Amino acid sequence: MAAQRSNWFMRNHKLFEKHTLILIVGILIVVAIGGIIEIVPLFYLKNTIEKVQGMRPYTPLELAGQSIYVREGCSVCHSQMIRPLRDEVERYGHYSLAAESMYDHPFLWGSKRTGPDLARVGSKYSDDWQRQHLIDPRSLVPESIMPPYAFIEGRPLDLSTIKDQMRTLKIEGVPYTDAMIASAVEDAAAQADPDADFETMRDVYSAISGRKGTVQIRDFDGRPGAPTEMDALIAYLQMLGTLVDFSTYQADDLENRR
Amino acid sequence: MAETIRPAEPTDGSAVLVSLVLAVVLVLGLYGTATATDINFGIHAGIFAIAAFIGLAAIGIWYVQSVPAPAFDKTYYEDGIVKAGVVATMFWGIAGFLVGLVIALQLTWPNLFYFPDFGWTNFGRMRPLHTSAVIFAFGGNALIATSFYVVQRTCRTRLAGGMWPWFVFWGYQLFIVIAGTGYLMGVSQSKEYAEPEWYADIWLTLVWVAYLAVFVGTLLRRKEPHIYVANWFYLAFIVTIAMLHIVNNLSLPVTLSGTKSFSVFSGVQSALIQWWYGHNAVGFFLTAGFLAMMYYFIPKRVDRPVWSYRLSIVHFWSLIFIYIWAGPHHLHYTALPQWAQTLGMTFSIMLWMPSWGGMINGLMTLSGAWDKLRTDPVVRMLVVSVAFYGMATFEGPAMSIREVNALSHYTDWGIGHVHSGALGWVGFVSFGAMYCLTQWLWKREKLYSNALVEWHFWIATIGIVLYITSMWVSGIMEGLMWRAYNEFGFLEYSFIETVSAKHISYIIRALGGGLYLSGALIMVYNLIRTARGDVPAEDRRKSPAAPSLQPAE
Repeated sequence: MAAQRSNWFMRNHKLFEKHTLILIVGILIVVAIGGIIEIVPLFYLKNTIEKVQGMRPYTPLELAGQSIYVREGCSVCHSQMIRPLRDEVERYGHYSLAAESMYDHPFLWGSKRTGPDLARVGSKYSDDWQRQHLIDPRSLVPESIMPPYAFIEGRPLDLSTIKDQMRTLKIEGVPYTDAMIASAVEDAAAQADPDADFETMRDVYSAISGRKGTVQIRDFDGRPGAPTEMDALIAYLQMLGTLVDFSTYQADDLENRR
Repeated sequence: MAETIRPAEPTDGSAVLVSLVLAVVLVLGLYGTATATDINFGIHAGIFAIAAFIGLAAIGIWYVQSVPAPAFDKTYYEDGIVKAGVVATMFWGIAGFLVGLVIALQLTWPNLFYFPDFGWTNFGRMRPLHTSAVIFAFGGNALIATSFYVVQRTCRTRLAGGMWPWFVFWGYQLFIVIAGTGYLMGVSQSKEYAEPEWYADIWLTLVWVAYLAVFVGTLLRRKEPHIYVANWFYLAFIVTIAMLHIVNNLSLPVTLSGTKSFSVFSGVQSALIQWWYGHNAVGFFLTAGFLAMMYYFIPKRVDRPVWSYRLSIVHFWSLIFIYIWAGPHHLHYTALPQWAQTLGMTFSIMLWMPSWGGMINGLMTLSGAWDKLRTDPVVRMLVVSVAFYGMATFEGPAMSIREVNALSHYTDWGIGHVHSGALGWVGFVSFGAMYCLTQWLWKREKLYSNALVEWHFWIATIGIVLYITSMWVSGIMEGLMWRAYNEFGFLEYSFIETVSAKHISYIIRALGGGLYLSGALIMVYNLIRTARGDVPAEDRRKSPAAPSLQPAE
């Protein structure tokens, strides 16, 4: 009775129910469509990533700092994605652009703000504040619920695979040059040591960003000597969101509208 | 049982193949331990080697012991593996709930539950431990165990593959151990629900392909003309998770002797691929797979047929088609192009219908057996799980609307939403299935104590209600506080004020989680007594067969 009025698909659904392989192929086709239509265009639509002034790959020290950020699961509680909403722009700064995470493999946008957004935390606080806050968050912010990271203070930074890391990223499209890779270990040490010969690395990374002053050279953890994990993590935090030159960015340009 | 002694069947070639795989793993593990460039990789390679060695030894012992009898007798169901799955499900469930409670307490009383000298216990490392333990260890084992049970019963044949199902089971446990220890040691890709590093991903791919082969192999030798609806959902879950896992985890290891890798995707593309994966870990792991559970255990427990065959066809295909599109709703107002956000939102709202199709089909299966809600607390658990499914799949589309999401995103509302699905739907339907399986597999007439199931049900339900209501309050409150302006046009609250405002909610949330864990502990006790065959407590007081007065309705 009902079967007579049912459509072709219903009448022939036994095809799927009686043939395992037809069912598998049917499932595969049905579940593949959505992903293909949504994801594939992101790789060839040119306006997916804005044209901006100032983006550059991470310096070796910042890259090592990002690895610590990943290792400790910071993105579990801190987003790096400011939405174009009035309160967020006033609280955190200019909304985040796709270009700003183009060298993040993978992205670190996060999904939860148990703590505040960090997309533009760079240069907002002093190195001393960051260091003390990482060691004991509640010594500076009594109501904070952030875990303490005292154990990274003074821990020597492992740079044994930093060149391999940059080589891997280069294969994946990050514009590191062979010279940048070759001097990675020295560059990491130089960025955390104002007495070192840091001019070359600073100029190389500034040149690739097309903008001066994007490389901060300081003893981030206040301990002289070889770079520590604290140096690397603070160097990474202090550059977050500082690269793009927003004085030249035209948000309303047709090519930047997405 | 052993009237005639037949020669061992040639399917035991599977044991040889599994042994070969384990031998390769053993060699690679030893090599990895010797050449590791970081200590974490050395530890993990060592765990692989030890596990492979134990596996080889176990196969050796099994071979020696089972020589006179046919090893994989096709005339019997393979139920040992399902029993092991029940044990694993409850073990990882308790572990996962416990870690969840600990991290809830960390956010509530950071001075008491953080240990500056033990960085590996920090929230950032424990949170993925909690999510992976409950989703992949608890949920995954429940799925593997029930799928192996259901596919045998509905195809009326033994699991295919001889030794391979055991490879799937133990290989999956090994993956869990590698993933969990990795998080604590700081090995992570930082992609939510896909944190394990490249070598763990490769291992899971291998295990998953074996799982697919076992499942499909069993379907292929079924003695029923039709593939039962539960198996469509299991199959969609297995196939789609394979696709999602492989694509999302495409990455290049920095060295072949270290843990670190970099995803081949970056920035906005990696964000969408991650949430295409992430939302469909919900859609296919936590929904399609558990709908399969619903489609077997509810009809079986209430002894009624599935309400509507038509509806199951319509909602199956529409559910799996639409779910895949929904990922971008995790990226509203981000740097993801707006056309993709709009597509994600549109399909998320459409998803409401097939989701409720499943809910209606599950609930209406009780037609003619509604009285069992009153008499069988396991049925009540299953039915309430479907009700939570309906609630969570209504809340989800609402939250995927851009304007709602502007408020709810980044807040505790999302945490509450995921827990109404996870505790209510996934947890309760798994509990229901585990109660059924324990009773059926250990061949008991009934559970040790229905009263304890009642206790479990009510304690856990109150726990869920406390959890989700406290998260609604804290989530909506912080969302409103973030965007509040004072009369001078300035932001009214600093960020830390919104954190301290949530303290009471966090206490209530931890209480809810604690209740949920207590309920599960009661369940474990009940299951152990059931499996041991202890006499039900009620039976010692009165005869269950004694007629009782019924109200004249």
